[in-house]
Amino acid sequence: MLVLGIETSCDETAVALVEDGATVRANVVGSSVERHRPYGGVVPEIAARAHLELLLPVLDRALVEAGCVYDDVEGVAVTVGPGLVGALLVGVAAAKALALAHDLPLIGVNHLEGHVCATQLEYGPLEPPLLALIVSGGHTSLVLLDATGAFTPLGATIDDAAGEAYDKIGRFLGLPYPGGPEIDALARHGNPAAIAFPRALAGDGTYDFSLSGLKTAVVRELRRREAAGEDIDLADVAASFQEAVVDVQVTKTMAAAQAHDVERVTVVGGVAANSRLRERLSAACAVAGRRLLVPAPALCTDNGAMIAAAGWNRLAAGERTPLDVEVDPNLALSGVPTGAAPGAPA
Amino acid sequence: MLVLGIETCTPHTSVCLGTEQGLLASAALGRGNAHGEFLAPAIAFCLAQARQPIGAVAGVAVTVGPGLFTGMRVGIATAATLAHARRLPVVGQTSLDLLAFPVRHVRRLVCSVLDARRGELFWAFYRPAPGGVQRVTEFRVGPPAKLAGEIEAVPDDVLCVGDGACAYRSVLESTGAEVGSPSMGTPTAEALVELSLPRFLREDTQRPEDLRPLYIRQADARISWRNRGALLGGKAPDGATMVR
Ligand SMILES: [Zn+2]
Repeated sequence: MLVLGIETSCDETAVALVEDGATVRANVVGSSVERHRPYGGVVPEIAARAHLELLLPVLDRALVEAGCVYDDVEGVAVTVGPGLVGALLVGVAAAKALALAHDLPLIGVNHLEGHVCATQLEYGPLEPPLLALIVSGGHTSLVLLDATGAFTPLGATIDDAAGEAYDKIGRFLGLPYPGGPEIDALARHGNPAAIAFPRALAGDGTYDFSLSGLKTAVVRELRRREAAGEDIDLADVAASFQEAVVDVQVTKTMAAAQAHDVERVTVVGGVAANSRLRERLSAACAVAGRRLLVPAPALCTDNGAMIAAAGWNRLAAGERTPLDVEVDPNLALSGVPTGAAPGAPA
Repeated sequence: MLVLGIETCTPHTSVCLGTEQGLLASAALGRGNAHGEFLAPAIAFCLAQARQPIGAVAGVAVTVGPGLFTGMRVGIATAATLAHARRLPVVGQTSLDLLAFPVRHVRRLVCSVLDARRGELFWAFYRPAPGGVQRVTEFRVGPPAKLAGEIEAVPDDVLCVGDGACAYRSVLESTGAEVGSPSMGTPTAEALVELSLPRFLREDTQRPEDLRPLYIRQADARISWRNRGALLGGKAPDGATMVR
């Protein structure tokens, strides 16, 4: 079953064509990141305008790359939340129009479920239980997909999402937006142990994440050194900041994997492209005897293929979304249908 | 020729199917910002009532603004994608042109006025012309007082129509202009199809990828100052608390 997936929850306009929830035939992303750069963050109205402009060109390219026509498409999957309302509405309107135009089944997909399902595009069927660290500009969440296919949110950020913190610190260090890749690159030339920034671990036993204390500490440290007339090595600051962020992410993820006795761990979302996070998490998993599943960066950042994969799981389980479905900017994770194995005929 | 009309620029949404012979089916909703939920089922409803398959639709007409940004985008994304998927021509019309069209038989200067929110209006002036109306000004956005000034500056009798005119009735009537009733307050899909049919028939159409929304206003670039003020040493506007 060939599913067309549409994702427009933030600043990427993405369309993909995926066969049986497993084989990516095309995965096209149009980004409006350049238009947000002057503002240092995603501006909702600018994102919504860009989605409308990019929609048909991206859709066209996806069909061409997949070498297929509308008649070959057998289902339409679309992100219905969480995300920016105005942005979500453009993709959902397009998906409904496609469903109407060719009498196709429509399936609404949770964006975070999509991120987790990106794993199946590279490693085959999800096979819960699976622990997922979802880290991006918009979210930091640790979720457990249990053997029944239900999601249990274990922890989430209580202030900034990881990507957001990278953007803000990047901006403070005078780096271009988005800050994640910039800090990652700069950190490679720095000493991660140069400055002992605080880690919000605090033995609180929760898997929630907090980055505001770290953020303040970075700002305070830089201001202090500036006032004292000391030299500031930005690479050291970037490396030390990144190390503190990654430390907390890795520690909490490994603790959750152990507490819930989960063998398979995945990290997805835009920040999953961070080289230090990948490095540290794979080392920690190797030591703990767990299997780390990290999809390719193009499947980690927001994309349509992950939505098509998640949509296929649901369509294959017989689910359908009615044409009057509303977008939900705060949509909560529910679960994934079990029993439908990607690659198997629907 | 069967044409699908989609109008989503105001808190009213309407959809209809029509031909040269007139209206076949229509659906409308005045419940506010429900464009996203209503539109696709309304199209399906009209097709079912008209007993026509989607394949019988030969063209899609849509309003491109000015109006509610979100509504406009839902309408344009729907029309463009539907037309793209069925390889159909599209015609984009402005909401203000649509408002003036039904009052084309009035021998007065017509001013179409839509509520632009935040205390502002969108407007344009029209003169009756053979077969319709002719727009004689640019599309404008501004406070009601600015529009009142423009009305006072023209020597003609003026009829104001649209939800914006109804919302600021007393300001506009104080200039001597007449303000139409709320039934003339919203652009309709029916007027859209009637106005667009001649363009489809003479093949004066657009490709779906060439549809452009008419925002008139710049994008509001305010982002969450609550979350970014402190780091930059900046100040959050509107007394918003900064996260430390
Ligand atoms: Zn995401």
